[in-house]
Amino acid sequence: MSDASYPADLRYHHEHDWVRVEGEEAVFGITWFAQDSLGEVVYYDPPEIGAEVAKDGTYGELESVKAVSDIYAPTSGRVIAVNEALEGQPELVNTDPYGEGWLVRVQLSDPSEVDALMDASAYETYLAGLSS
Amino acid sequence: MADAPLRTSLHGRHDALGARLGPFAGWEMPLYYSSPSAEHKAVRGAAGVFDVSHMGQLELSGAGAGEYLQSMLTNDVSELEPGHGQYTLMLDDDGGTIDDLIVYHLQGNHYMAVVNASNVAACRERLAERVPVDVDLVDRSPETAMLALQGPSFEQMLAPLSSDEVWTGLEYFHAAHDTVAGVECLVARTGYTGEPGVELLCPWDAAPALWDALVEGGAVPAGLVARDTLRLEMGYPLYGQELSRDRTPIEAGLGWACDLEGGGFAGAEVLRAQKAEGTPERLCIFTLTEGGIPRPGHPVLRGDEPVGTVTSGTLSPTLEAGIGMAYVPSEIAGPDHDIAIDVRGKRKAARTARRPLVHTSPTKG
Repeated sequence: MSDASYPADLRYHHEHDWVRVEGEEAVFGITWFAQDSLGEVVYYDPPEIGAEVAKDGTYGELESVKAVSDIYAPTSGRVIAVNEALEGQPELVNTDPYGEGWLVRVQLSDPSEVDALMDASAYETYLAGLSS
Repeated sequence: MADAPLRTSLHGRHDALGARLGPFAGWEMPLYYSSPSAEHKAVRGAAGVFDVSHMGQLELSGAGAGEYLQSMLTNDVSELEPGHGQYTLMLDDDGGTIDDLIVYHLQGNHYMAVVNASNVAACRERLAERVPVDVDLVDRSPETAMLALQGPSFEQMLAPLSSDEVWTGLEYFHAAHDTVAGVECLVARTGYTGEPGVELLCPWDAAPALWDALVEGGAVPAGLVARDTLRLEMGYPLYGQELSRDRTPIEAGLGWACDLEGGGFAGAEVLRAQKAEGTPERLCIFTLTEGGIPRPGHPVLRGDEPVGTVTSGTLSPTLEAGIGMAYVPSEIAGPDHDIAIDVRGKRKAARTARRPLVHTSPTKG
């Protein structure tokens, strides 16, 4: 799979989702910790393009052979793209969770919501607290 | 249940390989090492090795052992030659399933039952209830480790490790003592994957040496997740999911493992009546005809009507489709019936099928 990492250019949600803000748009995915907990991803049930997602709400599901995990929107917005590559290669979520394993691209409805999310060092501190 | 989980003698090996461990029947067992689907495909395409030391071994010996087992197990033990084994079930007096197991006739009046980890105590207690004075019942589980080497390349991996080659002549479901990698083993041509292979029973502390030799020889370590997807592709039932005290072998489609004509085993009358009259429900196997993964507990729908509950479900790594088993009304338990599975509120079209879903050659070799 891949080694644990939490890139500094992302913001993190406590349900182990990340967001990469690009102007008025943002890309969502799950963190290295989330994919490691879930195990090998075998199925991605994405939202419809055009669907509205609400901050802290679920917008899709990822399944490993043994478990199902809801995925949570770190910020609110409207889905403008989903990662079609995951249909044939859902394991990209494991092998490249911050790159080719991205889940959706959204048009942000309130970019200021990002400010309330954790940065990488806060998220790593949060993870350390979970395991102690 | 608060007790610390039991560990096999291979626990250190699993740890060293970075296995993801999880609880299973009171044991801490490897769920997978890195990729469950890669482990699954290694077993289908070459060979994998599983630690199944959590399984139980009950030994019965003495003048009355064969006759006693004949009265306690569904299949016809009397037809077993020394060195042969058979799939069979132990029932309660109402025909409910206590366990499914393999019984081996080792030699003379000497038999061994290999039972599920979750049912060692239940089987031991059931056998002890009525054990006659001329039968000795010994639980060998604590001192017996078990490795399953499964896959079409199993012979290439076993051959360099055994000079006796007693095992090379073994037919499917036959067993013999042999030395493998310097370890005294009972080698049985059995398994739970649908692939040809062997199950190796050896002394508890000898398992690491055997494991190392098999892994060095190319067998891919495989965990319980792959074991589950492999058995589900074959339509093999799992105790606690398809099998329970509430289900009989007739409902589970295991009538072939029950000696209904001659058998005087506990529960036989109930089974004979069910065979004659039919049962309201039977176990079916199905595949999803659209995306999604069925899971245990999901409702099975006929039209919009819930008619059953999924007992096992997963994504088949071979078929790349959702598959599962469920008890449904008997008239739709056969192949080619259109049903649907309610996957967390989403209706997913499915179709019942014939077992196995994946065609393999377990008897080969």
